[in-house]
Amino acid sequence: MKGLKQTLRELGRYPSAVAGLIIIMILLGISIYAPIAMPYSEAVSLWRSDENVWYRNPKFAPPAWTNWFRSEKLATSFAMGTEDGTIKKEVIEGETTKTINMVFPFDFTADTFPDELSIFFKSNFKEKEPFASVTWITPDGREIRVGDVSLGATETYRISQDEKLKRRLGGLDPQMGLFVVDPKAKDVLVMQNGRYELRVSVVSFEKDADVDAEFVFYGQVHGWFGTDHMRRDLGVALLWGTPIALAFGLVASLTTTVAHLIIAAIGVWYGGWIDELIQRITEVNLVIPFLPILIMIGTLYSRSIFVLFGATILLSLFGGAIKSLRATFMQIKEAPYVEAARSYGASNWRIILQYLIPRLIPLLVPALVTAIPGYVFLEASLAVLGLGDPILPTWGKLINDASSNGALYKGLYYWVLEPAVLLMIAGLAFAMLGFSLDRIFNPRLRGN
Amino acid sequence: MSQAAQTISDRSTVEIQRRAMAGSLQRILRYSVMRLAVLFFTVVAGVYITIMVANMGGVVDKFRKAEIREGVQASMMGNLALRNMTPEERAAEMEKRIAIAEKSAGLDQPFIIRSFNYLSRALTLNFGRSEFLASDSGSAQVRLIILERLPPTLLLFGTTNFILFFLEILIALNLSRHYGSFWDKFFIAMSPTSAAPGWFFGIFLLLIFAALLQWLPFGGMVSAPPPEDTLGYALSLLEHMILPIAAITLSALFISVYNWRTFFLIYSSEDYVDVAKAKGLTNRDIERRYILRPTLPNIITTFAFFLIGSWTGAPIFESVFSWPGLGQTFITAVGLTDTPVIVASTVIFGYLLAITVFLLDFIYALVDPRVKVGGGEAKS
Repeated sequence: MKGLKQTLRELGRYPSAVAGLIIIMILLGISIYAPIAMPYSEAVSLWRSDENVWYRNPKFAPPAWTNWFRSEKLATSFAMGTEDGTIKKEVIEGETTKTINMVFPFDFTADTFPDELSIFFKSNFKEKEPFASVTWITPDGREIRVGDVSLGATETYRISQDEKLKRRLGGLDPQMGLFVVDPKAKDVLVMQNGRYELRVSVVSFEKDADVDAEFVFYGQVHGWFGTDHMRRDLGVALLWGTPIALAFGLVASLTTTVAHLIIAAIGVWYGGWIDELIQRITEVNLVIPFLPILIMIGTLYSRSIFVLFGATILLSLFGGAIKSLRATFMQIKEAPYVEAARSYGASNWRIILQYLIPRLIPLLVPALVTAIPGYVFLEASLAVLGLGDPILPTWGKLINDASSNGALYKGLYYWVLEPAVLLMIAGLAFAMLGFSLDRIFNPRLRGN
Repeated sequence: MSQAAQTISDRSTVEIQRRAMAGSLQRILRYSVMRLAVLFFTVVAGVYITIMVANMGGVVDKFRKAEIREGVQASMMGNLALRNMTPEERAAEMEKRIAIAEKSAGLDQPFIIRSFNYLSRALTLNFGRSEFLASDSGSAQVRLIILERLPPTLLLFGTTNFILFFLEILIALNLSRHYGSFWDKFFIAMSPTSAAPGWFFGIFLLLIFAALLQWLPFGGMVSAPPPEDTLGYALSLLEHMILPIAAITLSALFISVYNWRTFFLIYSSEDYVDVAKAKGLTNRDIERRYILRPTLPNIITTFAFFLIGSWTGAPIFESVFSWPGLGQTFITAVGLTDTPVIVASTVIFGYLLAITVFLLDFIYALVDPRVKVGGGEAKS
């Protein structure tokens, strides 16, 4: 393993190789982290679920950090509820009734009003529906009666669509009226920043009834990665796209490179009609249009990533690389030192492992690494054409979703940029490493 | 030496030359026939595989038969004249009509026979009629559909490849002259970015120049409605071509310049270049005679493949820029399983490739005296 150590030391001399290696390590780390943080089945079901799972998120919201580059800070979405324990319930037992008080405090620092405010109730009762009354406390201590609702098993109270509240606020939409100093002064609305409180008081007429509530503040920005047209958090696809992209690229590259090696070796070793056949198949493969065939398979047969992967491998088995490998094999086969090895009785295995393979590593390793980005982008390309795997969340599918929803026209740049930048980084990392490896293994290419 | 002997030896030299000529002519002829046969077989195999895939090995026929059955059923339901028939009579009538409809679609023959029909028609460039697609003028002739889509593809990719080819050779020559300079290092450092395909750069360019700055259009070939006058049309076309050309150039330029530069550098480290330098030849002469000359076969090969590449278009690239070329037509055809159109575009590509590969052998022999037509393979 002295060769490996030396290669690594030499790689250290190339800054681009070091950068590439570091990025690859980070990507590999993310790939290992993804299945631990979110098992495969969970990721798939999350990505395929509808508003019932993603109701807490706004649609088309850029990531929250985009506020750092904005002079006008957009309101950040958040949700808080009693179910996950972030908000404590205060229970007051009466003689025949039970009162549950919940307080949702939050700091409001944005320069824009939220898009929507909603409370989602879940209640547990036998006959009589509990009754909730909601009040709003502003930072300057004003108390505004928001409204009252009687609660079914599940109840959604959309504060921003409450017409009565709107009238009380002088005709101003509640999501605005609740955040200004004086809703009645219509021409000079002064927004108030500070600590707000939403108080919910539920009265139940049954002793063992229970109520949970969740307050959702729909802003214009959300989380670290933003959301798409189905309110889904892009983070899921960005996270899970990493292992998928890497696996596709690495396995495809490794399989085809090793296959090329074996096929070229067989051809040279046996010669004759086998060699001839391999050469002809390679030429036929050149005529078969690669991408069009993949598009046909994706459209007509199956969009499953495994089918497309298999097709990719099949179509690349007899790639053009066989020709150059064959030429090298021919040279090596005739080389005097191989003949010498044969003459002193070295076994076939010894010749293959000690004499042939080492000569091919300089050709093979850089080719393997440099081929990876091609396959990573191939998977993305198919997804961009709408031929992405129907169930998997991948980077390419994000770009496809974004472009079919007109993200560029609507100015939702984050939606395209996040997966595209990840693709670029991944592709660049492997390419930079591959190029440096090439220059280390084939010094003649350095050009001096 | 006597006069007679001189004449005899002259005659024999001519004789030998004549024989050598005949020999090489025969060799070239034999080689050409063999090579053409092999290439033709290659195209046949490639096209046949495409036909099989495009028809899903015959499964598409089943879909089409089901469609026909449904269509006939629907048309008979609405036909009042058939109301009085008994159920048996109606069933018989339906089967008869389905059989006629299937025959008119050519579905009465087994798929394996039809696949060879497809093949022979495709190879004779007799593409027939498309099954669903129509050209803008309303024709279903595959030939017309392809001829209509070819100009946009040729225009975009031809222009781009032409610019790209000369740009990269010029830059590479320049860099190999100033080996180790800032620009040399810059191009080496940028070459890994070529791992990304053209459409990918296209998305970034669209984002910057179409969405953010709004200087250039989002896609398409001309603005809608197209300008009436020729000059306006040309300007609009030019405006729409800037971003696609830039995208392809960005994705291909750096790696190609890097490869050419390395290639030229290897050739410029040959001993005969050093000798030329020592003789005091100018840089121009050294480049022309001792660097470009021996690399000419490679330059020609690249150029030839650039030209072929212009014919097929790029499905993804064209759909990102909504360019109305062959690539997009191909995607539409696949979506509709319109086999004749799919096969036609494959056949054209296959033939072009085969012809180019065939011609390249002769061109090599013309530009490089070391290469003999049909002489290379025999030794290896």
